[in-house]
Amino acid sequence: MKKFLTAILFAPVLAFAAGATLHLDSAPDKANDMAALQNGAKIFVNYCLNCHSASYMRYNRLKDIGLTDAQIKDNLLFTAEKVGEPMKIAMQRADAKVWFGVAPPDLTIIARARASEFGSGADWLYTYLRTFYRDEQRPTGWNNVVFENVGMPHVLWELQGEQVMGPDHKLKLVKPGKLKPQEFDAAVGDLVGFLKYMGEPVAEFRKQLGVIVLIFLAVFFVFAYALKREYWKDVH
Amino acid sequence: MSKVNAILQGTLNWVDERFPLTTLWKEHLAEYYAPKNFNFWYFFGSLAMLVLVIQIVTGILLTMHFKPDASLNASGVPVAFASVEYIMRDVPWGWLIRYMHSTGASAFFLVVYLHMFRGMLYGSYRKPRELIWIFGMIIFLALMAEAFFGYLLPWGQMSFWGAQVIVNLFSAIPLIGPDLSLWLRGDYVVGDATLNRFFAFHVVAVPMVLLGLVAAHIIALHEVGSNNPDGVEIKKKKDANGIPLDGIPFHPYYTVKDIVGVIVFLMVFSIIVFFMPEFGGYFLEYNNFFPADPLVTPPHIAPVWYFTPYYSILRAVNFSVFGLEAKFLGVMAMGASTLIIALLPWLDRSPVKSIRYRGPLYKGFLAAFVISFFILGYLGMLGPTPMRTIVAQICSVIYFAFFLLMPIYSSLDKCQPEPDRVTSK
Repeated sequence: MKKFLTAILFAPVLAFAAGATLHLDSAPDKANDMAALQNGAKIFVNYCLNCHSASYMRYNRLKDIGLTDAQIKDNLLFTAEKVGEPMKIAMQRADAKVWFGVAPPDLTIIARARASEFGSGADWLYTYLRTFYRDEQRPTGWNNVVFENVGMPHVLWELQGEQVMGPDHKLKLVKPGKLKPQEFDAAVGDLVGFLKYMGEPVAEFRKQLGVIVLIFLAVFFVFAYALKREYWKDVH
Repeated sequence: MSKVNAILQGTLNWVDERFPLTTLWKEHLAEYYAPKNFNFWYFFGSLAMLVLVIQIVTGILLTMHFKPDASLNASGVPVAFASVEYIMRDVPWGWLIRYMHSTGASAFFLVVYLHMFRGMLYGSYRKPRELIWIFGMIIFLALMAEAFFGYLLPWGQMSFWGAQVIVNLFSAIPLIGPDLSLWLRGDYVVGDATLNRFFAFHVVAVPMVLLGLVAAHIIALHEVGSNNPDGVEIKKKKDANGIPLDGIPFHPYYTVKDIVGVIVFLMVFSIIVFFMPEFGGYFLEYNNFFPADPLVTPPHIAPVWYFTPYYSILRAVNFSVFGLEAKFLGVMAMGASTLIIALLPWLDRSPVKSIRYRGPLYKGFLAAFVISFFILGYLGMLGPTPMRTIVAQICSVIYFAFFLLMPIYSSLDKCQPEPDRVTSK
């Protein structure tokens, strides 16, 4: 058990240590696609928010992606009483550690934390969630290409189906899931889009505000430069 | 209107009889005569003051919501880490304040490095400005301490392990080392005690020292007067009223000029704050979005970019000499690499101050120094390999050679004669 724990803890370390070759698929950009972000939120709440918390994210912040308080309450509010509460979970961390070997991490800012020189955090998540494969050596029966010996089972297997790792180190779908491969990729794209939004809900507004600030500074510059030239006319 | 003026004048007189307000205004602004030929490099002093103000104001606002507490909350996240995310999400405009502070840290070093390089280009550290340079160097050291203490506070993985590595460096000191690092940490590992004392240093102790030193730096500067790109003393040629012929009052001439510099700086600053606050992982390291975990050592612990040249020098010393272990020698080399800059006023024996009139020897050594500084900085971000260590060793030798050989090459150099008066290039 101890070895197993150590293996899980150091798995990402080893992957990165050896990892000049980590190839990531690029995640689709869903930042301004409200329907996709809402779908992502739905998948997140249904599939992730049982073991993983998103404890810095309040439910009613989802108004950002075009939902109303009533919609959030009726469709998404499974783990809290009030719409202003953060997305916490009921599972105890001590129990989770026993069950999975490591307590599932909080996912609020996972899309920022997983960024690396190989790609953005969204790319990492998009690749990770699509590259689970069957591995009978693992206690969960699953392994993963970008996160070797991961503690998490393939939670989305019903949707994707089952993949196996071929001798050519390529993944092959051997048992189809509820969704066709393109549909599954699109669903994961929505989920990752939501995780990216949740990592920094203010990101889109930040960029819009940045444009306004730069325009203001540009106008200010014209006047300041004119003032400087006026004063400096008499310096030779 | 004249009645209003009379009241204002009366008030000013009342104050002046009790506090030298008008005198201070004249001495430091309206009748402080600065050389008229300041160029691009002379923006960075006032910009450093601007960034200091940004850091203090945003820092005070952050302190109102940040919690220096390493214990875990109900979701298993350290309270300090969670409070930073609270600022990013739930505090109105908290994200802007936090990004300004994190970008401001990098901006501070960028501006201060350029300010110091200006001093090296034009010999601003030479007599009679040695004390300005010394005060500046102590500011630089205080700034490094401030950045180091501040970097622990978000309590992410890099915060934790960076502090662990740096505090452990002190354990390399013979005899007292292990006890010293334990005393600094306040615990056997970096923990809540460390977080709280670093918070105290970051928000109270070091800023007070910094403010005092900045005041000393400016008072000393205004006592002797500013150097300029020609490196000649404007006070040697004065008119009948005792005003330097090549001097212009700081206010309004340099205040209006510096406003232009401030706006250009703010544009660059805003581009980073609003469009790339992580700056590709250089300003906010990705790994620092994972909460500190004493059980998981990151594969590669790199300091933020502004410390990497010295970190490279530390790692370049991988051999022991006279029975002193490599780690201790590395720490000494790293310390020496920052302290040796303070000796420039006494190492430089050139007859001229400015790079404009220096000979090829100095220019060559300065170029080699700048290149090796950049290479060291780059290598410090990467993990070590045998090849990289050799390159770092060569660059470290060049770094120190620039300073240690300066008494020789600066006096041998073929310099051009300095002009009598400043030139307008």
